[in-house]
Amino acid sequence: MSNLFGFDGGDTWLHHLSGATKMLAFVGISIIAMASYDLRFTAAIMVMSLILFYQAKIKWSQVSLVVKIITAFSLLNLITVYLFSPEYGVQLYGTRHLLFGSGYLTVTSEQLFYELNLLSKYIVTVPLALIFLITTNPSEFAASLNKIHLSYKVSYSVALALRYIPDIQNVYHQISLSQQARGYELSKKAKFSQRLKGSAQILMPLIFSSLDRIDTVSQAMELRRFGRKKHRTWYMDHPFAWQDWLTLAGTAAIILIGAWLFKVNGGRFYNPFR
Amino acid sequence: MAKNKQSSNELFSVRTVVAIGIGTAIIFILKRWVSIPTGFPNTNIDTSYGFLGFMSVLFGPVAGFIMGFLGHALNDFTQYGTPWWTWVFTTGLVGGVIGLFWKRLDVSKGDFGKKKLIGYNVVSGLTNLIAWAAIAPTLDVLVYSEPANKVYIQGLISAVSNIISGAVIGSILLAAYAASRTRSGSLKKED
Repeated sequence: MSNLFGFDGGDTWLHHLSGATKMLAFVGISIIAMASYDLRFTAAIMVMSLILFYQAKIKWSQVSLVVKIITAFSLLNLITVYLFSPEYGVQLYGTRHLLFGSGYLTVTSEQLFYELNLLSKYIVTVPLALIFLITTNPSEFAASLNKIHLSYKVSYSVALALRYIPDIQNVYHQISLSQQARGYELSKKAKFSQRLKGSAQILMPLIFSSLDRIDTVSQAMELRRFGRKKHRTWYMDHPFAWQDWLTLAGTAAIILIGAWLFKVNGGRFYNPFR
Repeated sequence: MAKNKQSSNELFSVRTVVAIGIGTAIIFILKRWVSIPTGFPNTNIDTSYGFLGFMSVLFGPVAGFIMGFLGHALNDFTQYGTPWWTWVFTTGLVGGVIGLFWKRLDVSKGDFGKKKLIGYNVVSGLTNLIAWAAIAPTLDVLVYSEPANKVYIQGLISAVSNIISGAVIGSILLAAYAASRTRSGSLKKED
């Protein structure tokens, strides 16, 4: 559990890419996939990310839990969308092909197509996210954020966050166990008011010990003159290689294709019904 | 000590850098492990919004925004594989806006009286209400083209739950923090 981010050293080209490259590629692709409602485009990205996923040599056991959670979440969301607006697709695409059903709960091809689009948006970047989590070394990631001209103070905050998540998770579990040993019931068996009180009993020590930690760490950093100069060097820093530039160029090309499709489709929606 | 006080009042001091890092980590843990089910299905009170309000008052708008944004993004990213950008941004906005009032709500001198308690709850309540009932769902309609009635109802539910979290947990934390600080002028000269 401590290895939440699941970074696993490996030796594929995806492991060697700079963390910032992977982040820029991920953010770029996820934003264009978010904006586009063209199923052909998102399906192509999906295929590409599955190929990359295969190339990163990630084992199924490393990701099975995450994939199950995501599947459950997507299905729940798709059902909610349907229950709230079974005719939303008709409204979007402007035609109506009734498949079956009557009254409120009708099923139209437009609605199915719209929900298929939604599903593709929920899952299209998942393989990329998993690649990122498993092939990126957190320290190298912070160093590379600074390389792409993010302020080094912010980069350092990110590094600290990634560094302290496992620690704080351990503290949380310790406090939770010791409060349970003292008789606070926190499991599903307890009543709402009891659980509320129980969470407060965990939150207080967790947060106040962390505030102390903030003081200790910031004093230590101040003593080492953090923030005195405009620049700093990074132990895990390494220069961009041609693979990094190639990946960034590929990402730019995908974004341009996505933008070009907006023009072709006359908007964000690809409409096969017209 | 005087030096320390000065630096802790800057918008982006060394202490802010550390607070963002550790605050983000805590938001991440709270989102993942500490949410209280209300009894309605799929509606949990997310304790991280109370904590975010508290931290924004302590460390200011820059810290509040980055902490909220990063904490939410990391949680979505590791849990769902896709950050839901509109809501991630809105969480950042909540932290940033509450943080704007950090000078006025300053509790570092140990005073958190009725006036500040009410002030904090008004700021946090209004910010959460506007953010979740209006901004987040509107962005969802614009960016993700989700059906409006679904996202506005979702927004309203999270507005209620986040207002409760911000009010109850935020106030408790602020009061406890203020009580742990030494009041200025609390020492009296013996006659």
